[in-house]
Amino acid sequence: MSDASVEVRSPDPQASRQPEPGAPDNWRRFFTFSTDHKVIGIQYIVTAFIFFLFGGLLAMVMRGELITPEADLVDRTVYNGLFTMHGTIMLFMWTFPMLNGLANYLVPLMIGARDMAFPRLNAAAFWMVPVFGIILIASFFIPGGPSQSGWWAYPPVSLQNPTGNLINGQALWLLAVALSGVSSIMGAVNIVTTIFRMRAPGMGWFKMPAFCWTVLSAQMIQLIGLPALTAGAVMLLLDLTVGTSFFDPTRGGDPVLYQHFFWFYSHPAVYVIVLPIFGVFSEVFPVYARKPLFGYPVVVVSSLMITVLSLVVWVHHMFASGTPGWMRMLFMFTTMAISIPTGIKVFAWVATVWGGKLRLTTAMLFALGGLSTFLFAGITGIMLSSAPFDIHVNNTYFVVGHFHYVINGAVVMGFYAAIYHWFPKMTGRMYYEGLGKLHFALTFIGINMIFLPMHPLGLLGMPRRVASYDPEFAFLNVIASLGGFLLGVSTLPFILNMLSSWNQGEKAGNNPWRAIGLEWLVSSPPPHENFEEIPVVVSPPYGYGSNEPLVSNNPAGEALA
Amino acid sequence: MSSINVDPSLNSNAAHGTEHEEEDHRMFGFVVFLLSESIIFFSFFVGYAVFKTGTADWLPAGFEGLEVKEPLINTIVLVSSSFVIYFAERFLHKENLWGFRAFWLLTMAMGSFFLYGQAVEWMGLPFGFTDGVFGGTFYLLTGFHGLHVMTGVLLQGIMLGRSFLPNNYARGEFGVASTSLFWHFVDVIWIILFILIYVWQ
Repeated sequence: MSDASVEVRSPDPQASRQPEPGAPDNWRRFFTFSTDHKVIGIQYIVTAFIFFLFGGLLAMVMRGELITPEADLVDRTVYNGLFTMHGTIMLFMWTFPMLNGLANYLVPLMIGARDMAFPRLNAAAFWMVPVFGIILIASFFIPGGPSQSGWWAYPPVSLQNPTGNLINGQALWLLAVALSGVSSIMGAVNIVTTIFRMRAPGMGWFKMPAFCWTVLSAQMIQLIGLPALTAGAVMLLLDLTVGTSFFDPTRGGDPVLYQHFFWFYSHPAVYVIVLPIFGVFSEVFPVYARKPLFGYPVVVVSSLMITVLSLVVWVHHMFASGTPGWMRMLFMFTTMAISIPTGIKVFAWVATVWGGKLRLTTAMLFALGGLSTFLFAGITGIMLSSAPFDIHVNNTYFVVGHFHYVINGAVVMGFYAAIYHWFPKMTGRMYYEGLGKLHFALTFIGINMIFLPMHPLGLLGMPRRVASYDPEFAFLNVIASLGGFLLGVSTLPFILNMLSSWNQGEKAGNNPWRAIGLEWLVSSPPPHENFEEIPVVVSPPYGYGSNEPLVSNNPAGEALA
Repeated sequence: MSSINVDPSLNSNAAHGTEHEEEDHRMFGFVVFLLSESIIFFSFFVGYAVFKTGTADWLPAGFEGLEVKEPLINTIVLVSSSFVIYFAERFLHKENLWGFRAFWLLTMAMGSFFLYGQAVEWMGLPFGFTDGVFGGTFYLLTGFHGLHVMTGVLLQGIMLGRSFLPNNYARGEFGVASTSLFWHFVDVIWIILFILIYVWQ
């Protein structure tokens, strides 16, 4: 085993990496099994957005149904399938892949790495997304239609299998969710390893941008929480297909145990999706307010506090599931406690914007809009954390309004903020501000118009997941439906803007926003392997107004103040 | 603030993807994966405990309880194989390939013996996986663990075959180290499982 023979046998690390098929501006590479994290990031984002449009279409059919009190547009069973698929698609095929796309694209650039730790694992994780997406959507075309048990698939409803076929909507649903879990675990292992081990020299933990911190916190939740959902899903699938009785109450099973498994993951999943959005806010506000992020270390620590607390709040989804009093009390307090680190962050963002030299670009507008809707969602969240109030409004539209303010209000607006903010970096071209602002106005009005009326509807007692309702609820439902259609229309200027500016937008320089961060030191779009020379970080992030260079070996050497 | 500003030199190892560090990435990633995987088992364990303490007719009708003797022998064999695989790794570090192969093969034999014992036990049991919650959880836990043992033996087979390729283990041996770690993981899970199912009856 001499060194010489080793040299002969060792595969060249450069050659073993898949070469980029064609120039960086070759669109065909987005349709290949590329291992470049930037290509995979954009693949994730575009694929997820297509599923978002499909999930939104389902939502608009539902709002069309709810515009009149009678169930006239679609059959009740079709409606059940619609809300189940809407929720599943929006979470597992839009939100998670979209977040992985942002993390994939941005994390290696932000920490000064040439790629992710495991490029091929990365590509494999992405290509599972269209596979399980097609499996899920295929359930529309099989006898009995898609799963009708809601996105949480509670037994015994999810165990009914009315058609008696082995391949039924619920089984395909479970298969798709399981594959989504495998893909997410692969992504999480990759992202956590990348952040732990591939930071540029000098980038200590507390010189890392807040976005990377929030991504790390979120992916750690994935690693801890997802296996619990997988365990529950495996048991449910066995009950459904081979006749075990884990969750079948008629044969000694315990359906509430499934709820514990499901919410042990699916509540923290809310933080998986909202934490990186907190990261986006923390990146966007300093750039357009020209001020450092207020209390950066505290913002970072509060992300970690959220990670820990998010693992001990899940029973607040089960206050009405016959949980004992001590459990209600305990989880009520932990749920209220999680508003403390969240409130710290909101305070930090407001303090960042306060007194800054604001530039109201589209990205900034979306971040401010997302912050305000998130604040509203947080207030209704604290209301819901109180067990007596939660039991009163349980399964009503109040809950639907609350979590849509979180997910559509804060998270989707945060996504848009991120897309607009990093669009020049990803494509090398500027978007059209006018269309962007139109998109923001339509989205902001649409979101408030559809989801605000849901709160009074819930307090008046309108249950969720119904195709028909009492005529006294008609007025608010009509407003909500109109808002929903407006929200659908709002995607049109966005799509137009993205497509046309990607093709013929004005060329963006390396750093059109004069932002501070490693990703803004490289060209737009960044070259293959990102950095010619790995940067050596010498300053903490967000050095707006400090005039200190971020890295010691930046050839351009421009100071940004 | 000053206490959190980490000295840049502390992180100087983080850059430059040399061969040696890529090996480290893989081991780090594998450990992260195993930690995550252990939570699936943990969830099943918690499910078992909840079912056991909360189900009225826990054991299937006419079934007295599980036999402990044969599973205990199985347990001893599996747990000892963890030491055997450790010595196999030691031989590899000393570049004694035949010693490595002998002990590695012994580990595989012990793992296979465990699987055989498990199969014999399954065939002798009077209940199936549809016989109540106990039947379901028993076969789920032992079956899911058995699947891991089988994966471990298969991985060991691949590593054994690779040891015959010339100079294959000359530069680091991530495959061997991770297979061995996986084997220890499977052992630790089995000890918890044994206590949970066989000792706590």
